Amino acid sequence: MIWNETKECMSRDEMSALQSARLVKTVNRVYHNVEFYRKKMQAVGIEPGDIKGIEDISKLPYTTKDDLRDNYPFGLFAVPQSEIVRIHASSGTTGKATVVGYTRKDIDIWSECVSRALSTAGVGKDDIIQVAYGYGLFTGGLGLHYGAENTGATVVPMSTGNTKKLITMMEDFGATAIACTPSYLLHIAETIKEMGVKDKIKLKAAVCGAEPWTEQMRIQIEEELGINAFDIYGLSEIMGPGVAMDCKFHKGLHVYEDHFLPEIITPDTLEPAAPGEVGELVFTTLTKEGLPLIRYRTKDLTSIDYSTCECGRTLARISRFKGRSDDMLIIRGVNVFPSQIEAALLEMGETSPHYMMIVDRENNLDTLEIQVEVEERFFTDEIRQLEQLSKKIGNAIHQALGISAKIKLVEPKTIERSMGKAKHVIDNRKLV
Amino acid sequence: MYVKQISIFVENRKGRLEDVCTCLDENGINIKSIILADTNEYGLIRMIVSDVDKAKLVLKEAGFSTIITNVVAIKFPHTKGMLKKLLEIFSEEELNIEYMYGLSTTTEEAIIVFKTSDNEKAVNLIENKGGEYGIAIIEESNI
Repeated sequence: MIWNETKECMSRDEMSALQSARLVKTVNRVYHNVEFYRKKMQAVGIEPGDIKGIEDISKLPYTTKDDLRDNYPFGLFAVPQSEIVRIHASSGTTGKATVVGYTRKDIDIWSECVSRALSTAGVGKDDIIQVAYGYGLFTGGLGLHYGAENTGATVVPMSTGNTKKLITMMEDFGATAIACTPSYLLHIAETIKEMGVKDKIKLKAAVCGAEPWTEQMRIQIEEELGINAFDIYGLSEIMGPGVAMDCKFHKGLHVYEDHFLPEIITPDTLEPAAPGEVGELVFTTLTKEGLPLIRYRTKDLTSIDYSTCECGRTLARISRFKGRSDDMLIIRGVNVFPSQIEAALLEMGETSPHYMMIVDRENNLDTLEIQVEVEERFFTDEIRQLEQLSKKIGNAIHQALGISAKIKLVEPKTIERSMGKAKHVIDNRKLV
Repeated sequence: MYVKQISIFVENRKGRLEDVCTCLDENGINIKSIILADTNEYGLIRMIVSDVDKAKLVLKEAGFSTIITNVVAIKFPHTKGMLKKLLEIFSEEELNIEYMYGLSTTTEEAIIVFKTSDNEKAVNLIENKGGEYGIAIIEESNI
């Protein structure tokens, strides 16, 4: 199902022309309405007239999360506050929250993007969808909610908090779709199994996002629940969920490029990355009114593929995230992404993907401990075999990361289950 | 001819063994024998209980990973040299002992639980060669 065939399947030339026209307008708008951008452009000697199309994008300065924080709360808004109908704020754990604002038209476009995403997952007006993202300042809950209503689906605003109630309603209502974080869905799947109601569940699709997850985990969710699971991508600074969406071919996430212009840069040099190369994803909003952002650095690492997808969409596809440059840990000088550990564990197939990395420093040397739950199906009666399991996990981690880790087997369900974004790292290193 | 033993994975944390015992107690399950094998970080509790299937169910509900294993319970006269004799029977046939622990002893007889590299062979050996020394397999119903 393609929600907006005109936009999702337009030729590359038409798309470039549309993006160029919209970019010129956006640059004009921010130059005249946002002091921060005017000053930034003046500082590098650029005027709106210098930007004639997307080929000129690299002349423009970048925007970072710090810029949003420095202009807290409404400093980067491009319209008077009276035009803003909604505020969201990021779930940032450090410093001030980053605040984003939407005009009515922004909300409409956001809903359009989420409708495109839901259609891609096969969710339409005949479906009953449980939105189990947190409702509130986080964009996940309301973003999916408005989009699903726009689609015409029956929306059940579950939010997070009561998993058993969610499952009971899933069963009673005959819910066919769910939107939540992938780690929460895995927890829901476990609980469904415990409650012994898998046969009574009519779920067929899940739209999961807000945290990086691996292809293996996606497949595991599909198998455990007998559904199709899709990756939805977004970030509040740009809009929220619905910036890009996975299709049934799972060969990258389709970026809604008519609204968000993607670029890939090399984080070290800030130069555009070579085509197909992995780098940091950068977005310029093309239609946002409330908070238009120019070349916003997402910190997410990916690559772009501009070829037409088997599903028929011509939209650029970003590959499944390698991780966030933010989430990256440097352990003993090696770059480590939690998602690499998840992938290694799932590949072994002998442990659950619930894990916790504990990084510490002993005698000036970084230590990495990985706690892994011993699921019943892998539990054996012999210590020798449990030790072999630890060793096997250790080897797999070593191969994946290039550094060794201490493996600690823990009891099932002892690693905290998250209803929002999963926490996989405890870094106890004190930076002196 | 085998006895069903339940093994439970526990982390080395305060109160975990107690949690296991509480769970069994609350469900009216009696522990007939217990042994704790420990490593630095976790322990493995092996138990013979009055109702092994129920024990597995209730422990699973309480969040423990468990596994049921067949072990062999062997009784022999409680006299000097009997264990040595038993082990000789095993080693002659190159049977390895994975682990063993006492189940009960009286002044007349002792019962020891064995997990061997080949339980079927162990049972056959005892049945064929144990008789002359008074060594015999104990059925689960007799424990």
